[in-house]
Amino acid sequence: MENFTIQEIEDEIVSEFEMFTDWSDKYEYIIELGKKLPLIDEKYKTEVNKVQGCQSQVWLHSDLENGRLIFSADSDAIITKGLIGLLIRVLSNQKPADVANAKLDFIEKIGMKEHLSSTRANGLVSMINHMRRIAQKEANKN
Amino acid sequence: MTFDVNKIRNDFPILKQKINGKPLVYFDNAATSQKPQIVIDTLRKYYEEYNSNIHRGVHFLSAKATDRYEAARNRIKEFINADKSGEIIFTKGTTEAINLVASSYGEKFLKEGDEVIISEMEHHSNIVPWQLLRDKKKIVLKIIPVSDSGEIIFEEFEKLISKKTKFVSIVHISNSLGTINPVQEMIKVAHKHKIPVLVDGAQSVPHSQIDVRYLDCDFFAFSGHKVFGPTGIGVLYGKKEFLEKMPPYQGGGDMIKNVTFEKTTYNDLPYKFEAGTPNVAGVIGMGAAIDYINFVGMGNISAYEKELLKYATEKLTQIPELRIIGTAKRKASVISFLVGNIHPYDAGIILDQLGVAVRTGVHCTQPIIDRFKIPGTVRASFSFYNTKEEIDILEYGIKKVIKMLK
Repeated sequence: MENFTIQEIEDEIVSEFEMFTDWSDKYEYIIELGKKLPLIDEKYKTEVNKVQGCQSQVWLHSDLENGRLIFSADSDAIITKGLIGLLIRVLSNQKPADVANAKLDFIEKIGMKEHLSSTRANGLVSMINHMRRIAQKEANKN
Repeated sequence: MTFDVNKIRNDFPILKQKINGKPLVYFDNAATSQKPQIVIDTLRKYYEEYNSNIHRGVHFLSAKATDRYEAARNRIKEFINADKSGEIIFTKGTTEAINLVASSYGEKFLKEGDEVIISEMEHHSNIVPWQLLRDKKKIVLKIIPVSDSGEIIFEEFEKLISKKTKFVSIVHISNSLGTINPVQEMIKVAHKHKIPVLVDGAQSVPHSQIDVRYLDCDFFAFSGHKVFGPTGIGVLYGKKEFLEKMPPYQGGGDMIKNVTFEKTTYNDLPYKFEAGTPNVAGVIGMGAAIDYINFVGMGNISAYEKELLKYATEKLTQIPELRIIGTAKRKASVISFLVGNIHPYDAGIILDQLGVAVRTGVHCTQPIIDRFKIPGTVRASFSFYNTKEEIDILEYGIKKVIKMLK
């Protein structure tokens, strides 16, 4: 399977979102993503894997396979889960150093920056930071 | 004055704006209230014309600022019908006021094994200060349980009272459920046993006329920003007999009479509890907010908000998937709800897209949310500048939430 770079996937998502003219289409798409994606194995929904969020809970699990990080995650809020789906599409199956350095400015480009505005509200910011830390740790090993 | 909501709305410049292209519907009043023009103007005027440090300057500006500061104290004293202006202590807010009492009263009067009663529906700011005291002095916290409708179980409160009970600290109106607690009856019961009572009035002062002497509470705490005043200012009312015996909460300037390295004597009330340069602008701004409330009339405010609550409750209960959390007989204009299995966060995000500002989550009252075994609620809290049309927009928004998220 061909591996797309983080930038390529981000660009792809941005162009997908350009189709939406209305906020509700955009959110319906994210909600669909949230509903569809079986994101994490139930056995990984543990206290250890829980990322602190004040309003919605987020669980994050990572594995290293053939030098690439494989992330899975979940949330009890559907919109958060849909956004997690996008983040995983971008960051999973990538090299640790690339994950650690990812700018992730697609979130702003698709108009979802508000979801990252508070670290406590939905756990997304904590989750991204956590992904970066894991990636940095792996990258430092090499 | 006769109450005209459209005229009232003109006094609040923030309400004129659009959010996400739609008129702002501000239903997060329990978190903080919006500010009338007169409060904004008063703050600007203070900084433009007489900003100065108070209580110590001999010059014109200092005298003027001191006058306005003390005049605001006096108006607040009258507003809650306290006996003496020395019983009005300015704090950062309700949180600091409760911390002051837990720390200072606790230091002086509570010892190991003494019991403090709070309720299951307290805000974290009326839980954590007592837990800090518990860890410091080994006091015991007793919790009054709450019924399924979100009301304090009065008999359980009476049962909790024992010879060891030394303090009761209770919320007047629950910020997450809207329940109005029978604080006056509770105070009567506590006083029979000579137990002092603190009332957390953060949510009651914006909605109803408070008379601390009629309530006969020993302490009463509230915040300026929830009563249309600035942030960072609040009030602790305390009966003189207690305040005089309590040690200072913080040390510094203005709270002293005489300082030598050997011995310091403290200033009189209320200054003993106001160390350092206070929030002068905040106090004067809060005074303007109280004037504004008096101008509109608390009776008008209460009556109109009651109407809004009734209208909203009727509208929202017609949505079959919607469940109201907190159905007490006596409620303030707060509706906490859940829609089917939809996560409150998701509902809040969609409502925000429609310009409707609600609060979602546990509302700093995690124990009562846990008690109902829910992840949180969506909370719409109304103020006297809200309208029935806005409630219709909320209703439309909730239906949209259901359509999108079900």
